[in-house]
Amino acid sequence: MLSRTASDLYWMSRYLERAENLARMLEVSYSLSLMPQDGRRDGLDELAMPLLITGTLEEYQQRHGALHAERILHFFALDAQNPASIYSCLGAARSNAHAVRGRITADMWENINATWLEIRSIAEQGLGRYGISRFCEWVKERSHLFRGATFGTIVRGEAYRFIRLGTFLERADNTLRLLDARYELLGEDVDDLDGRPAHSYYQWSALLRALSSFEAFAEVYRGSPGARKVSELLLLRREVPRSLSACMDELYQMLDGLPGDSGRPAQRLAAELNARLRYTHIDEVLEEGLHAWLTDFIEQIHLLGGVIHTSYLEVA
Amino acid sequence: MTRTFYDEMHLPDGACRPHYQAFSRWLQGTPKDLLDQRRREADLLFHRAGITFTLYGDAQGTERLIPFDIIPRSIPASEWRMVERGCIQRVQALNLFLADLYHDQRIIKAGLIPAEQVLANEGYQLAMQGLDLHRDLYAHIAGVDLVRDGDGTYYVLEDNLRTPSGVSYMLEDRKMMMRLFPELFANQRIAPIDHYPNLLLDTLKTSSPLDNPTVVVLTPGRFNSAYFEHAFLAREMGVELVEGADLFVRDDKLFMRTTAGAKQVDVVYRRLDDAFLDPLAFNPDSMLGVPGLLSTYRSGNVVLANAIGTGVADDKSIYPYVGEMIRFYLAEEPILKNVPTWQCRKPSELSHVLANLKDLVVKETQGSGGYGMLVGPAASNAEIEAFRLRLIAKPDAYIAQPTLCLSTCPTFVENGIAPRHIDLRPFVLSGKETRIVPGGLTRVALREGSLVVNSSQGGGTKDTWVVED
Repeated sequence: MLSRTASDLYWMSRYLERAENLARMLEVSYSLSLMPQDGRRDGLDELAMPLLITGTLEEYQQRHGALHAERILHFFALDAQNPASIYSCLGAARSNAHAVRGRITADMWENINATWLEIRSIAEQGLGRYGISRFCEWVKERSHLFRGATFGTIVRGEAYRFIRLGTFLERADNTLRLLDARYELLGEDVDDLDGRPAHSYYQWSALLRALSSFEAFAEVYRGSPGARKVSELLLLRREVPRSLSACMDELYQMLDGLPGDSGRPAQRLAAELNARLRYTHIDEVLEEGLHAWLTDFIEQIHLLGGVIHTSYLEVA
Repeated sequence: MTRTFYDEMHLPDGACRPHYQAFSRWLQGTPKDLLDQRRREADLLFHRAGITFTLYGDAQGTERLIPFDIIPRSIPASEWRMVERGCIQRVQALNLFLADLYHDQRIIKAGLIPAEQVLANEGYQLAMQGLDLHRDLYAHIAGVDLVRDGDGTYYVLEDNLRTPSGVSYMLEDRKMMMRLFPELFANQRIAPIDHYPNLLLDTLKTSSPLDNPTVVVLTPGRFNSAYFEHAFLAREMGVELVEGADLFVRDDKLFMRTTAGAKQVDVVYRRLDDAFLDPLAFNPDSMLGVPGLLSTYRSGNVVLANAIGTGVADDKSIYPYVGEMIRFYLAEEPILKNVPTWQCRKPSELSHVLANLKDLVVKETQGSGGYGMLVGPAASNAEIEAFRLRLIAKPDAYIAQPTLCLSTCPTFVENGIAPRHIDLRPFVLSGKETRIVPGGLTRVALREGSLVVNSSQGGGTKDTWVVED
């Protein structure tokens, strides 16, 4: 397969996965911002959280100044000038798909093209009229549909592998960052007496919901979520589809099945990371310090993305 | 001056022509709201499928739909056989002309075509002189534009031997008609065309001396107006769609960059003009081509379809000589007629043109896509005067033809069904043999009275049927 084609397929699915993850972030923050905020603020801190995670807070402040709910929502969701907005991600995904429309199935192309046409009409209406929860639901649904169309129609060849690589690399990064952000906000579990446990319960549940893992948590652990259990679930539980471990396993398998010798560095790194995760215990993670551990793994995922690029996507 | 147009569907007395009767009965028997609903459905499907083109000069690069009309253009099979033979004859003669021109130039020596007409032509490529091509083929893929005059006679308006486009619309229009109105296809025998990509791949493969050559489609990229078609054809043929940057030359061979390393390419169906193919040989500013491609081509290590330098044969200033070519190379009489053409480079013909601008169509010899032409009867005085100055300044660059009474076909317009002018572009494939799928692309000028059918100028398309009669 052409390196450029592989690159477009990979980025198509990365951008789509990113759009979905952004919608998930937004949904959680929006619902949390509506909760009583201990009489402190107006939920703006919570709304700014997605900006903080995606590293776009500074740009927002430069362009819009003070935090303002409506402006934050628009900036994050529909602003075509913001390259990290959901709108821009869907545009980029569609543009990548357009470049390789000969290599994806008609079902996939029509699906992603329809998504693009629709978000443009949503952008014309504005988020306020469309509804924020409805919008987030819509983005997730479109992403689900595309993945379904992909899974159901494309030949299990190289194209499929590069699409999956993009999805899971992006997802692994997202899971790590979301966990890191909530952890930073909440810290270690403390039995506070002034109603903090309730607060922390909502925060952890929101994270689990954002990663569609709330049901999984209830099934595996029961009881209320805390840093240890949530981390274990989201990092090391292979059976949870958005967990780091599940993503890593998929990345390893996809790379392992790619033909040719050029990808050896990428294959080796994926195998190492996968093995490391498989035999890591949550106590070791916490011993090292969750934040430090997460930071290191984010860096590893970044490195993996880099070697995938040099091995396959920009071959000279 | 009253002009009569040939109506494809109706006889002058208003009765329906025999080959349209089945359709006409169906049309009358189908409720209007159902037709409207199907037309909307067609729009939606085309939009969702992204079957669009990009308009040049539009800064936003907006992707537009080419309007699709659900009333087909229908040709009786007996009539089609004549058109088919005519197109094949023409393309064969043009290929022989190119082979001759780039070798012995017998036709020039015979005094049938003036040497300066071809050798000083912008489309003429010195780099091709003396180069032997497999099967002596230059224009593997050709599009012949046909129109019909008032009495229904077919005329060739121009030959397209460089990178003719539109075949994807031909195929998509048919797919759409079969999806919207399957009953029409059950009731009569309409010649199938879906095998075109198959024929194309076969043509490309046989253009190479190798047994199983690696074929690619070379596109200028996704911002090209015909990108949809490039991707469409690559997908239908199951070959790679490449851009210049995906290719490179090493040891005088052409390779593409793949995830498993470099892979040699043997045949390039290029949808890129000569000037952009190789920055080392042609336009040095081009980022679209492949440095070193020309040298590889000249070494015989890669086939380009179409060959470099075919533009000299579809130039509008060479067009008047195609009849001579047919007689000279094939010893046959042309089956299809040429439109009478005045060559503005000849002073006597120029003065005739200048005196009659109001009644003529003036075209650039190198132009295409309906850009830069004057349609006398439809132009304002100011437009005519402006064009007159350009014509006097550079007469070599123009030819003129009478305004043809292009035939009309009933077409859905804002307030019902009305006649609109149409043309026809069959696609001729030259490999081991010269072949053509029945029909072609019918373009329709949607504006009332307009004779310009190009999609860039607001034209639409129709499905084209060859019906057993």
